[in-house]
Amino acid sequence: MIFHSNPPVIEVSHLVKFFGDVEVLKDIDFKTYPGDVICVIGSSGSGKSTLLRCINMLEVPTGGQILFNGVNIMDRHTKITEYRAKVGMVFQQFNLFNNMNVLENCMTGQMKVLKKSKEEARATAMKFLTKVGMESFIEAKPHQISGGQKQRVAIARALSMEPDVLLFDEPTSALDPEMVGEVLEVMRDLVKEGLTMIIVTHEMAFARDVATRVVFMDKGVIEEEDTPDVIFNHPKNARTQEFLTRFIRNT
Amino acid sequence: MNIPIMLASTGRNFWDWVVYLLHVGGHDLLRGAGITLLLALTGTVIGCIIGFLVGVVQTIPIEPQDLLIKKILLKIVRWLLSAYVEVFRGTPMIVQAVVIYYGSMQMLGIDMSAMLAGFVVVSINTGAYMSESVRGGIYSIDKGQTEAAKAIGMTHFQTMFSIILPQALRNILPQIGNNLIINIKDTSVLSIISVTELFFTSKTLAGTYYTYYQVYLITCVMYFIMTFTCSRILRWYEKKLDGPDSFNLTSAGNAEKKGNNMRKGLSMQLFSRQPTGARSAMR
Repeated sequence: MIFHSNPPVIEVSHLVKFFGDVEVLKDIDFKTYPGDVICVIGSSGSGKSTLLRCINMLEVPTGGQILFNGVNIMDRHTKITEYRAKVGMVFQQFNLFNNMNVLENCMTGQMKVLKKSKEEARATAMKFLTKVGMESFIEAKPHQISGGQKQRVAIARALSMEPDVLLFDEPTSALDPEMVGEVLEVMRDLVKEGLTMIIVTHEMAFARDVATRVVFMDKGVIEEEDTPDVIFNHPKNARTQEFLTRFIRNT
Repeated sequence: MNIPIMLASTGRNFWDWVVYLLHVGGHDLLRGAGITLLLALTGTVIGCIIGFLVGVVQTIPIEPQDLLIKKILLKIVRWLLSAYVEVFRGTPMIVQAVVIYYGSMQMLGIDMSAMLAGFVVVSINTGAYMSESVRGGIYSIDKGQTEAAKAIGMTHFQTMFSIILPQALRNILPQIGNNLIINIKDTSVLSIISVTELFFTSKTLAGTYYTYYQVYLITCVMYFIMTFTCSRILRWYEKKLDGPDSFNLTSAGNAEKKGNNMRKGLSMQLFSRQPTGARSAMR
């Protein structure tokens, strides 16, 4: 067991999610500590994305609870917009705002949600756009840049809110193989800076390199959760072994 | 009764009549056209505002964790709004004009001028059509952008007004144009409550000189000039909203070294629709 001196940032307990009659998440328990980089792996339909979307309340959980710094976010009195401003999200399909240019994409949340001044928002946005190497594209509209560039802007947009935790929902799955690298590189930099991240991914090599913990999900349950070394080299669970063998054979 | 014979005996041919009618009635016809345009433009603008408000309310999501009172209130408001849309889409504007003009007097004791009644009828009629277009426009924007806006903490209304509606507006601009053109033509039904728009003026002029063909041919041309001009202006505006095809790299563009052969400190225009060269430099 890894020793943690701080209390968890996000604590999911007994989380259940139904879509109609289908139980997508079954009694999920899972903790994220400050500085953690958690990679969630598993086959499609195993509930990884749903778990991530539940953490951000984009899907409303059917049962259980999610604590953020000890506060239950499913409580009616918790201001969900304030919570979301502290938990960033990067999507598979980038989801940039198409009516705004790259810079405006990174400024609008700061101005509308954090109520920052235009100058302040601009400075912060430029700082993070420079970090992802997109500072020269600030005038471009989303349809004018490539997929990898879009995803880097999306990461800068999420970082501009200066969140406590950043969630990634398969950030490289919609990219051409040659663009995956540039996005993973940006993410590696974030890991070095100690940002707390939960990453749903199919990039096993990346997960092995950067994760502090790897979570393997199958059919709506967490089958195994351990260090990358254990998961990738000596998995204990039969399903984990099966998944990884099949995955390695296919790639 | 003997007017046509009188006119026939004056010996004017077709084009003489057109020139003569333009001379005696041109001023009235122009004023009629002006009123037609005023009605159509105002009606379309107010109709769009109504349409946007209705469209936004109709698309407020009901979440399972919302308070019961909010759910009930929203359901009632939605029912009323869809009733409004169905009634005004489902009855002819000419009938609505009569019912509103005479009805407001008899039932409510409001003495509206025919002109005011005209504005009201065109606006709420357009509003009914537009609210459906707006609803479609809102649904045409992919859900991902709404989710991204929510994920950075925006409220439903912030998301709507800064992200979704500007894009929905662009997408339904052809629909707005359609409505404007329909309104220019359909304000002619307001002649039934004697609004002195172009059709009413034409009818009067044609009746006075008993020259239906000539007068209505002039009217026809006038309507066409109005609709054609409006449709061209809207097309130009659509282009303008889309913005330029290219963008400028800001001068500190040394981050993208790959294929970037521009001189330092100089900004370069890249044409995104250009198939080779510039495009690949961008990527």
